[in-house]
Amino acid sequence: MSDVLSRLLETRDWLLADGATGTNLFNMGLSSGDAPEMWNIDEPEKIRALYKGSVDAGSDIFLTNSFGGNASRMKLHGAENRVRELNRAAAELGREVADASGRTVVVAGSIGPTGEIMEPMGTLSYKGAVEMFHEQAEGLKEGGADVLWAETISAAEEYKAAGEAAMLAGMPWCGTMSFDTAGRTMMGLTSAAMVEMVEKLDHPPLAFGANCGVGAADLLRTVLGFAAAGTERPLIAKGNAGIPKYVDGHIHYDGTPELMADYAVLARDCGVTIIGGCCGTTPEHLVAMRAALETRPRGPRPTLEQITDALGGFSSASDGTDDTAEAPVRTRRRRRG
Amino acid sequence: MAEEEDDIILADLPDDELVLQMFDDLYDGLREEIEEGVNIFLERGWEPYRVLTEALVGGMTIVGKDFRDGILFVPEVLLAANAMKGGMAILKPLLAETGAPRMGKMVIGTVKGDIHDIGKNLVGMMMEGAGFEVVDLGINNAVESYLEALDREEADILGMSALLTTTMPYMKVVIDTLIEQQKRDDYIVLVGGAPLNEEFGKAIGADAYCRDAAVAVETAKDYMLRKHNALAAG
Repeated sequence: MSDVLSRLLETRDWLLADGATGTNLFNMGLSSGDAPEMWNIDEPEKIRALYKGSVDAGSDIFLTNSFGGNASRMKLHGAENRVRELNRAAAELGREVADASGRTVVVAGSIGPTGEIMEPMGTLSYKGAVEMFHEQAEGLKEGGADVLWAETISAAEEYKAAGEAAMLAGMPWCGTMSFDTAGRTMMGLTSAAMVEMVEKLDHPPLAFGANCGVGAADLLRTVLGFAAAGTERPLIAKGNAGIPKYVDGHIHYDGTPELMADYAVLARDCGVTIIGGCCGTTPEHLVAMRAALETRPRGPRPTLEQITDALGGFSSASDGTDDTAEAPVRTRRRRRG
Repeated sequence: MAEEEDDIILADLPDDELVLQMFDDLYDGLREEIEEGVNIFLERGWEPYRVLTEALVGGMTIVGKDFRDGILFVPEVLLAANAMKGGMAILKPLLAETGAPRMGKMVIGTVKGDIHDIGKNLVGMMMEGAGFEVVDLGINNAVESYLEALDREEADILGMSALLTTTMPYMKVVIDTLIEQQKRDDYIVLVGGAPLNEEFGKAIGADAYCRDAAVAVETAKDYMLRKHNALAAG
């Protein structure tokens, strides 16, 4: 018994995932501050159009409109009792669009962070996080998601909690983290540490990787970090279409379709199997990425220089995985206790 | 150096060594030790303001620098801030009594439409760690909420945070309203959040964009100094 994503991974050597959810919904008129998940019920046509945009652009996998659909995030909109319903609807619409496509398209049930900080620094317990993700996972499963897809996670414990929730729901899953702080996640995890963590999980993901973060160049440096840690598990890269710029009162991501096409091919050369975009990535970008992946030959694994030449500079000198980047020695007094 | 050291008795350390020890304990997020250290200094007759600036602010400055430089990350900073808060809880009433000099007061909040608060909370904590008074308005703040709080609190600094590309333009609405009401020059306006950059800060008319909490503290200090100098000159 194998799931549809596993079967695709066995037969294809690269898969195109989708682009942005938020960017595209805002282009359709979502106002800032409103929960996009509400549209699964209130504006289903727009959500179908969002999914169809990715599928028509050639995505093999798309993520459901359920990123903030956990009790902790929905509570901020007074909708914490609608988690199951909103997630189920997100997946049902996805199932409909995927089944109508006439080819194999994976519906991936998006699970974003809780937005809470976990114990002991914060208040969210591991058990609490598992419960929240599990509730969301059951809704996505009911709606017909093929796989669960945790994304933009910063804390190792939260990633593990998502994995445990997938296990409880009896679902295969994928999970990506956001490396946005000096090459690490906000909570300080390096790419190498993520590989180590993933391989120790009881219910490991089918594929793992990085999404969002800073720009496409940083994301590929993170991916090279995964590869250098010697993992055999399929890798995911979902980078932002450049960097947000403020133009005439609104925000525009500066990554062109051509740049994202270069990024897609470079990602594959870095050893990535599942390639997609994140913030700022529209269907137009996806079309260019698909065309590039289909027509351009594979090349050797790029160097950091080749990545920055093609995609622009990194946001920090190091990503924390090299020994030379160790903390400068602080004169420490005796440790107590 | 021996692996197993006896516990250090804080009360046995001379002043200069106790200050250094507190730097380490803040760095390690040891709240009880910080509280103990603060009490020892007070018993030794230190002014509350001196304990704040030399021990706590000094220690948090190191934490802030290492955070800025990508050596410490959010978990460590939260633990350090928590330890600092333990010390501040003891000092706060005493500082008010002794009429210690004020570093400045900041009103901070996430803008309307935006419900993210981790970064904003970090800035608040680091600002407190640097000795500023902080009034946190929480998330989803409309322009009226900012203006009312700035006025009520007689604040020096306005801090605005946004995590969404769709909410960051609201910062300009707030700044434009300040200009309209001829209050813009009354406040130092600092902005921050993941999708922002310096160019954006300039474009909307903020005094500065702050990349992270440590930079926010440095920038706030710098602007407060300029404000004082301007007052002195004026």
